[in-house]
Amino acid sequence: MSESIRTICMPKWGLSMKEGTVAAWLMDEGDEISPGDEVMDVETEKISSAVEASESGILRRQVAAEGETLSVGALLGVLADGDAQDGDIDAFIAEFQANYVPPAEDEEDESAATETVDVGGRNIRYLLRGEGGVPVILVHGFGGDLNNWLFNHEALAAKRAVYALNLPGHGASAKDVGAGDVAELAAVLDGFMAALGIDQAHLVGHSLGGAISLQLALEQPAKAASLTVIGSAGLGSEIDGGFLAGFIAAERRKDLKPHVEKLFSDPGLVTRQLINDLLAFKRIDGVRAALETINAAFAPGGSQAVILRDRIGDIAVPVMAIWGSGDRIVPASHAEGLPDNVRVEVMAGQGHMVQMEAASEVNRLIDELIG
Amino acid sequence: MARKITYQQAVNEALAQEMARDETVIVMGEDVAGGSGADGEMDAWGGPLGITKGLYSQFGDRVMDTPITESAFIGAAVGAATAGLRPVAELMFVDFMGVCFDQMFNQAAKFRYMFGGKAETPVVVRTMYGAGLRAAAQHSQCLYSIFTHIPGLKVVTPSTPYDAKGLLIQSIRDNDPVIFFEHKTLYTLEGDVPEEAYTIPFGEANVTREGSDVTIVTLGRMVHVAHEAADALSSDGISCEVVDLRTTSPMDTDTIIESVENTGRLVVLDESHPRCSIASDVSALVSQEAFDSLKAPIRMVTAPHVPVPFADNLEDLYIPDAAQLQQAVRTVMGKD
Repeated sequence: MSESIRTICMPKWGLSMKEGTVAAWLMDEGDEISPGDEVMDVETEKISSAVEASESGILRRQVAAEGETLSVGALLGVLADGDAQDGDIDAFIAEFQANYVPPAEDEEDESAATETVDVGGRNIRYLLRGEGGVPVILVHGFGGDLNNWLFNHEALAAKRAVYALNLPGHGASAKDVGAGDVAELAAVLDGFMAALGIDQAHLVGHSLGGAISLQLALEQPAKAASLTVIGSAGLGSEIDGGFLAGFIAAERRKDLKPHVEKLFSDPGLVTRQLINDLLAFKRIDGVRAALETINAAFAPGGSQAVILRDRIGDIAVPVMAIWGSGDRIVPASHAEGLPDNVRVEVMAGQGHMVQMEAASEVNRLIDELIG
Repeated sequence: MARKITYQQAVNEALAQEMARDETVIVMGEDVAGGSGADGEMDAWGGPLGITKGLYSQFGDRVMDTPITESAFIGAAVGAATAGLRPVAELMFVDFMGVCFDQMFNQAAKFRYMFGGKAETPVVVRTMYGAGLRAAAQHSQCLYSIFTHIPGLKVVTPSTPYDAKGLLIQSIRDNDPVIFFEHKTLYTLEGDVPEEAYTIPFGEANVTREGSDVTIVTLGRMVHVAHEAADALSSDGISCEVVDLRTTSPMDTDTIIESVENTGRLVVLDESHPRCSIASDVSALVSQEAFDSLKAPIRMVTAPHVPVPFADNLEDLYIPDAAQLQQAVRTVMGKD
C-alpha cells in the first residue's frame, strides 16, 4: 500500500452521529487540497457542516456521491500525491472498502461516553477526549451543553486531553445552580478542575462560559494556562435580553425557533432535530427554574451584571477573544478597545455560534494560541 | 441523561417518578398490584401486561387492586380526583369504557364547566387499545375519537417511549380528566428516554419527518407505519412529511394546516374506523381551513367500518398498513 495515498472519511460530529449525507462536493477531482480546506458539505439529522481535509494532496477520487448517506468513518474521497498511479489508488479504495466496518448501532451513546463527577454536592457531567499535555476545558454558554463543541472537541483533542462539561442546570448535570451568578458558576468550574485533579488548563469559554472562564482566570491565575473567550459575556453590558427571556419562556417549537435562529449566521442550520433536542432539555423538571435563576443573576433587566473588561489586562497568560462580526446575542463591539494583551479575532459575517459555524478557523486559532 | 428503554418501562417510570414526587398520586385498577388482599405473592402482576409491576413494593397501599367492575372503580377514581387525589386508573382495555361512560362523559368531563370553573377533576385513565394481539372484537378497538368528541376530556395517544413518559407526567399533573391511550403493540418498542422527569405540553403535534410533497397526519402506532411507507416512497422520489398528533384533544390544528400549506397534499392515517373519526375530523379541518392549498383531494387510510376480526388473516387485513398508505400517497401525487 502506497503511503502517498490518504483518505477523507465521514466525520463523527457529536456523540449521537451515526451517519451523514453528502450534500455537495466543494472540490473537484484534481484539485490541490491543504489541511483545513473544506472538501464537501455533509448533512446529519442534527446539523450540517463542511468536512475539512486533515491532510494535503490532490483530490484523486470522489468516492462518495452527492446525496449518498454513509456511516461514520466511511470513505468519502482519496487524496494522493501527483505521482500516485491510478491502479494503486483503485487498489487502495478496494482494500479500504473490503475492510471497512460501520460502527455498531449502540457503540457509543451519550450515557456511555460521558462521565460524572461530584463537585460540591452537584453531579457534573463531562466528556473527555484525547490525552496528555496541559488539558483544555470547554465551557458552553447559557442554555447550551457540551454538544456546542461538537466540531471543536475532537479536533482539539488530537494533541491533548480536552474536557467539555455541562454547567449546572444544563445537559445532564445537576439542576441546582445556587445563586446562578458568574461567581458561583466559576466556583463550579474551579471545583470541577479540583475534583478531576487538573491543576492548570487552557480555558475556552463561549458566551456565558466565557465570562465564567474569565472570572476563574482572574480569581485563580495559576489555574489558567491560557484563556480563549468566544462571543463572550463579561466584556460589556449589552446582551440580547429578549433572546434570554424568549429562550426560557418558549415551550413550543415554533416559539423557540426564532430565538435559536438568532444564534447562527445561517438560520438553515437550525434543524427540527436541534429544536427538538433543545425542547427536550427545557422540558426536564428543574431546568426552567435553573435558567430563570441564572438569567436573573447574570443579566437582570436584560443587561449583563458582571463586567470584567477592566481586569482582563491583568491576565498574564495568553488571552484571545474570538467574535463573529454579526453576533446578535453579544455584540462584536465588545471585542473593540480591549487591552494589548488580548489577541482579538473578529470573523466577518459570523454569528454567536462561531465555534460551530467557523469551526476549523476557531480550532486553528485555539491551537495556535495554546501551542 | 437519555438511555434506551421500552415504552412499557417509560410508562412505569413516569408513574413511579410522579408517585415519588406527589403523594396524592395513586394507582388503581384490575391486578395493578396483583395479589393484594389475598394469600400469595404481593406485587405479582402489575396489571395484565405487567406495566405497573414494582409500584406496589415502592408505594404500598397507594397501588390498589380493584374488583373487576370498571363502572365502580372508574367512578371511584373520578370521585377521588374531585376530593384532592390524583388517581391514575388503569382501564385494562378501552373497549370496556362502555360501562363507565356516565362517570367519564357526564361527571368527570362536566364538573369544571358545571361548577363555574371551581371544580377540578385531575384523574387519568390509562388504557390499552388497538388491534394486532389476536384479542378479537371486544379487546382491540381504537376508541380515541369517541373521547375526543366530548368537551372537557383530554385525549393523549403517545407513539414513542419518549412521548409516553413526558405525556403521562403531563397527564398526571394536568388538572382535567385525561384519557391516556397505550397501544398494546408498542409496549416493547425501545427509544431514548431521559432519566429525569419531564413534561410534553398537550396540543403540540410532533413533525417526526419533514417532507415537501405530501403531509401524512397520523397518531399512535400508525406513526411507525407512516415512517415505513415514507421510507419506501422516498426511494421513488416522493417526499412525505409525517405529523404525529400526540394529543387529539386538544389538537394542534396549526401544525396540520401549516404542513398542508407547504405540501399541498394530505393523507390521514388512522387505525380507527373511518366514520366520525380522527381521520374525518382532520380531513374536515383541512378542507375548511386550507382548501386553497390543496393540489389533490384528501385521502383517508383507515381500518374498515367493521368490528376487529378474530381470524389472524382477517385481523392482518383489517389493520392499515404501509402498502395501503403508499397507494394513497401515490394517488394524491397522481402517480397511481
